[in-house]
Amino acid sequence: MKISREDVIRVAELAHLGLTPEEVDTYRDQLDSILTYVEKLNEIDLANVEPMAQVLYAGSDRHPELREDTPLPCDAADAILVQATDSAKPFFRVPRVIEK
Amino acid sequence: MSAATLWTIAGVRSALEAKKISARELATEFYTRIDSRNAELNAFLTLSPERAYAQAERIDAAITHGETLPPLAGVPIAIKDVLSTRGIRTTCASKILESYVPPYDATAVERLDRAGAVFLGKTNCDEFAMGGSNENSAYGPVRNPVAPDRVPGGSSGGSAAAVAAGLAVASLGTDTGGSIRQPGAYCGVPGLMPTYGRVSRYGLVAFASSLDKIGPFAANVADAATVTAVIAGHDPNDSTSADVPVPDYCADLDKPLDWLRIGVPEDYFGEGLDPEVKAKVEAGIALLNKLGCRSVPLKMPHTDYAIAAYYLIATAEASSNLARYDGVRYGLRVPGATLIDMYRNTRERGFGAEVKRRIMLGTYALSAGYYDAYYLRAQKVRSLIARDFADAFQKVDAIIAPTSPTPAFRLGEKTSDPLQMYLADIYTVTGSLAGVPGISVPCGRTKAGLPIGMQILGPHFSEGRVLQIAHAFEKAGGFDL
Repeated sequence: MKISREDVIRVAELAHLGLTPEEVDTYRDQLDSILTYVEKLNEIDLANVEPMAQVLYAGSDRHPELREDTPLPCDAADAILVQATDSAKPFFRVPRVIEK
Repeated sequence: MSAATLWTIAGVRSALEAKKISARELATEFYTRIDSRNAELNAFLTLSPERAYAQAERIDAAITHGETLPPLAGVPIAIKDVLSTRGIRTTCASKILESYVPPYDATAVERLDRAGAVFLGKTNCDEFAMGGSNENSAYGPVRNPVAPDRVPGGSSGGSAAAVAAGLAVASLGTDTGGSIRQPGAYCGVPGLMPTYGRVSRYGLVAFASSLDKIGPFAANVADAATVTAVIAGHDPNDSTSADVPVPDYCADLDKPLDWLRIGVPEDYFGEGLDPEVKAKVEAGIALLNKLGCRSVPLKMPHTDYAIAAYYLIATAEASSNLARYDGVRYGLRVPGATLIDMYRNTRERGFGAEVKRRIMLGTYALSAGYYDAYYLRAQKVRSLIARDFADAFQKVDAIIAPTSPTPAFRLGEKTSDPLQMYLADIYTVTGSLAGVPGISVPCGRTKAGLPIGMQILGPHFSEGRVLQIAHAFEKAGGFDL
């Protein structure tokens, strides 16, 4: 097995997922078969190959994301807060995280 | 109006202009069809008659006043439920967004609205677009209108089924690893995945941001071209949106295919390809040759590694994107004693099994000690796959391949083995990783009557050429090979 029960529990914690003991076993088996399958990537020589994080095409190196940082009006607070289960404008409310 | 009427965008336009029907009557006609079929097909999750009739009435008023009609005037359209729609519930087929109502339209949706479209409602899909069968929806699977015991494909199963069943004239889907092309193939309708960046992702609920694309399903290629022309174009609200001019996709559709070189990659015709699918796609290639193309054998040597690279990259991006569902700002909140308990309870209850599986895989691939071995390695393999395409497009103008190794499979047939389900994406994830455009067009049926899809892929921003080839193929009877 490439992945242990402890690995599954640790990953679930990192991802803030609650899992039942049965789910831990199921995911362990399934992730193990997927991780075994992806081992095939080790067959390729990747020396001098750059990682591709984004689709590149002619002109896409012009960094269009670096536009002028111009403030625009944004009057969306009410429309956003109305979606929250618990809010008190201008805040979202969550269980207490700081001890009294 | 007969229920059998096959509406197209051009047909809607001429009927409206000749005052044979009003936009409002047309919307009513489609809601009647949906009423009669949706209980069986489960293609729609939410109907939006209030907005549809308001849109229709705007078009009817424009007709009364003799105004020039926009390109999609009165056209009844369905929208995949991962695209934000102002005032219309957007669930992503997930319990975690069961009652989420976006305060804004996605850019693609807003452009449809401005073009005069009528929004019938939101279509079912795999939860957060993760799946290839539509069986991962929290609201039940969609049935294939051609064969109701079979899946419609996924993840945009509802959008493909709605068009195939005549419940919408066109629809929007999204394609991350094949989610437009494969359901298009399974349901027997054309479905176009545009170039990455061609259509703004603003308002598309993110699954894998470097791979997600929005595109249309339609009854014919000309309609797919019309919808693509409306939704394409630069958008400052999406930093990966391409600032590249949008050509008139409809103008060149009827150009002859003289001397276009079409590449046939041998790597797409090997082991695992259903013989009936292989025979029909080969017949499709023969037809294209008859229409003036010249087919050229190709090698795309890294094809076999695409599934592994895709599932590491897509799940890594998904694990990061889906971190936002924590019960704080919108969507489901399940209480907990502490903040962390609240996150955990919310995500445990709100996400389905496949979404959890992908979050786990992606989190693992990004976690300390595994990043280089999995995620970084996958990104390097992605470079090689993109290079395969770049090399191929030095030699050919387009690539022809099967869309999926098999026709639509039976509901429940593959749900117990996630890896087997992933492996079926072999012919679509390659183009997704490279970011190139591709369309799946019908190319006949199996002896049992199941639709088969043929994929036409082109270089970045060659939607016009891909559509031109698809249109010529359709006109020559290719859909019914």
